[in-house]
Amino acid sequence: MQKVDDIKPCYPLFRQDEYKESLGNKQDQFEERHGKDVVQDTFTWTTTAEYRDLNFKREALTVNPAKACQPLGAVLCALGFEKTLPYVHGSQGCVAYFRTYFNRHFREPVACVSDSMTEDAAVFGGQKNMIDGLENAKALYKPDMIAVSTTCMAEVIGDDLNAFILNTKKAGNIPDDFPTPYAHTPSFVGSHVTGWDNMFEGVMRYFTLNTMEGKAPGQNGKINIVPGFETYLGNYRVIHRMLDEMGVAHTMLSDPAEVLDTPADGKFRMYAGGTTQDEVKDAPNAHNTFLLQPMQLEKTKKLVEGTWNHEVPKLNIPMGLEWTDEWLMKVAEVTGKPIPASLVLERGRLVDMITDSHTWLHGKKFGLYGDPDFVMGMAKFLTELGAEPTHILCNNGSKKWNKAMRAVMDETPYGRDAKLYPGADLWHFRSLMFTEKPDFMIGNSYGKFIQRDTLHKGKEFEVPLIRIGFPIFDRHHLHRATTLGYEGAMQVLTTLVNSVLERLDEETRGMGTTDYNHDLVR
Amino acid sequence: MALRQCAIYGKGGIGKSTTTQNLVAALAESGKKVMIVGCDPKADSTRLILHSKAQNSVMELAAEAGSVEDLELEDVLSVGYGGIKCVESGGPEPGVGCAGRGVITAINFLEEEGAYDDELDFVFYDVLGDVVCGGFAMPIRENKAQEIYIVCSGEMMAMYAANNIAKGIVKYANSGSVRLAGLICNSRQTDREDELIIALAQKMGTQMIHFIPRANSVQHAEIRRMTVIEYDPTNPQADEYRQLASKIVNNKNFVIPTPITMDELEELLMEFGIMEVEDESIIGKKAAELAA
Repeated sequence: MQKVDDIKPCYPLFRQDEYKESLGNKQDQFEERHGKDVVQDTFTWTTTAEYRDLNFKREALTVNPAKACQPLGAVLCALGFEKTLPYVHGSQGCVAYFRTYFNRHFREPVACVSDSMTEDAAVFGGQKNMIDGLENAKALYKPDMIAVSTTCMAEVIGDDLNAFILNTKKAGNIPDDFPTPYAHTPSFVGSHVTGWDNMFEGVMRYFTLNTMEGKAPGQNGKINIVPGFETYLGNYRVIHRMLDEMGVAHTMLSDPAEVLDTPADGKFRMYAGGTTQDEVKDAPNAHNTFLLQPMQLEKTKKLVEGTWNHEVPKLNIPMGLEWTDEWLMKVAEVTGKPIPASLVLERGRLVDMITDSHTWLHGKKFGLYGDPDFVMGMAKFLTELGAEPTHILCNNGSKKWNKAMRAVMDETPYGRDAKLYPGADLWHFRSLMFTEKPDFMIGNSYGKFIQRDTLHKGKEFEVPLIRIGFPIFDRHHLHRATTLGYEGAMQVLTTLVNSVLERLDEETRGMGTTDYNHDLVR
Repeated sequence: MALRQCAIYGKGGIGKSTTTQNLVAALAESGKKVMIVGCDPKADSTRLILHSKAQNSVMELAAEAGSVEDLELEDVLSVGYGGIKCVESGGPEPGVGCAGRGVITAINFLEEEGAYDDELDFVFYDVLGDVVCGGFAMPIRENKAQEIYIVCSGEMMAMYAANNIAKGIVKYANSGSVRLAGLICNSRQTDREDELIIALAQKMGTQMIHFIPRANSVQHAEIRRMTVIEYDPTNPQADEYRQLASKIVNNKNFVIPTPITMDELEELLMEFGIMEVEDESIIGKKAAELAA
């Protein structure tokens, strides 16, 4: 039992005999569960090729999706604008979910409100909630902008955000000129990356669509950067740093790096940093707009090209060596600013690191899952390291993604055998980890359950998880890391090679058996 | 000319789909490029144009393909008489699911896939019965249909429905640019029908844009899954639809409607002898009491 002067957490407390006995009694007497043999046999069956084939025939069920829903992305997008309150028109529980999701990943409070639609709103429409909600949210939290998105409930009953918001202003509950961009973000369409794209387009539309007069590309001498659904705060910072070193004036359109990384100095900041409204209004005057995650910014691209008349450069996510090179060279071409010696030096260091580590990474096999642009950049970088991405799963990947990803993989012998799984979930991925075991998997925290399952089959079947992606709930501060640019490549490379070495040490620690290779120098 | 988007509403069974298709056929005949978007789970808004039983609808095809994201525009868009582009949103069987969401999904899909191209002159939305939920108001949201035509007749329930629809339009008209563009009277041969609808239109602040007489030729064409315009272009009824088409082309009478109260509507019906004056003295009286 728990002792007052020696309080233990659940582990190891529940490993004490009295708890084991108590839990055992509960299982035996009340759970009516199958015998251990049946459970074990079923488990073993789920690890077979036969089960994998059945699993991939699944039609009507998703198990452990590797994606979240649209309004989650809309909220992240809204957080990137100065003094902006994300406002979700719909049910309260959804918004509690968005907040906790971000709280657990970023370990920061996340300001986000809901207008709490209930049964009567579902019947009569949510206009009354919107009218009261906008007024209250503005009065209580004093934002300079409220960015409205929707949950499934509002979408199913067909609530019209444009009309509701205008009616709220007409009724005088918030001033006419108070910025209220909006986006319809039905959770049952697309994923969190679609929601980011929709909300972003909504904000840009609000501030620029009807005020294009006198604006033209190149007038402000800057470039625009659109990050897309980006949860690595280091990525916002590294893009700023590289462009600053180049002397390129730029605007990061949606930059939540401050509000999601506030200091503990005794002062609570509901809002911090973020792209200003003036910067947004001025965005059409930039030379051009760079989309960091082009696979997920289709609506944005349409607006940027159609309304702002920018010719969005065709680039991939700036991950790894080659795609960072291409990205920087394009920036240099568009702005006329040469790539400075400091970045050339940084690049050289990355190449040096790659050569230092290549012997350990060459031929290592990786299964990976995550968002469309992330897995594409990650897989590309793996091939640059001589590693082999064998299974690339993208739950929110489209046919277009599949085609583009295939083309990237077919360029190199390290990628030719890669199998792509758009639209598949983590239960599919689990099957693959058993039947076609790679050396490691790369993905978010949810992969830890697959690692546990593979270990349960036997140590030699274990597929260790390398945590790169979103969300990461079970390790600290990784959200502050960087994955883009040369700096990001360095960090990812360091993570990868040390995971390989860590694993090797683990396997060669056997006293008198494998420790002939338990080397001090690797 | 800029694209004009029109939505057709009206009581169930009043002849919205037949009127819309004949009207659209007349527009196409005069050289206009038109698209019809059927916003009714019954998916019967395009059958006379396509000579088909019911077109494969967006929702039907999306359910088959797995999701609407797996569809291409050419999967859902068929071209029929006079180059008219036809799309049916489709929706669930009666009693299940959410038909309104089907309309939202279908129209979003058309917008994203670029169905509203620069060559179109008109888009017509043929919308199910009353505006029962937000989904059926999708066609009149901002940047969609700006003109609404209500099909009605001289029957009391049809007028009642028309007035109700006008109430719905007011909500959207106040915050946006959608306007009531007129009542189309699809005759049921009731007494003084044209005068009655003209009077109703006046009270609602709009016009009766055309009176379509009842004619069997419409049914003759319909059993052949054709519009009168196509089946028998010389038939006088075809000219009625041509007149309606030309009035719509030249229509400038767009208003925020002024729907009337139930009492006003009843007064109007009494004035035209459709409803008898109520004898309030008999309400709630049993037979025995009345006999006494």
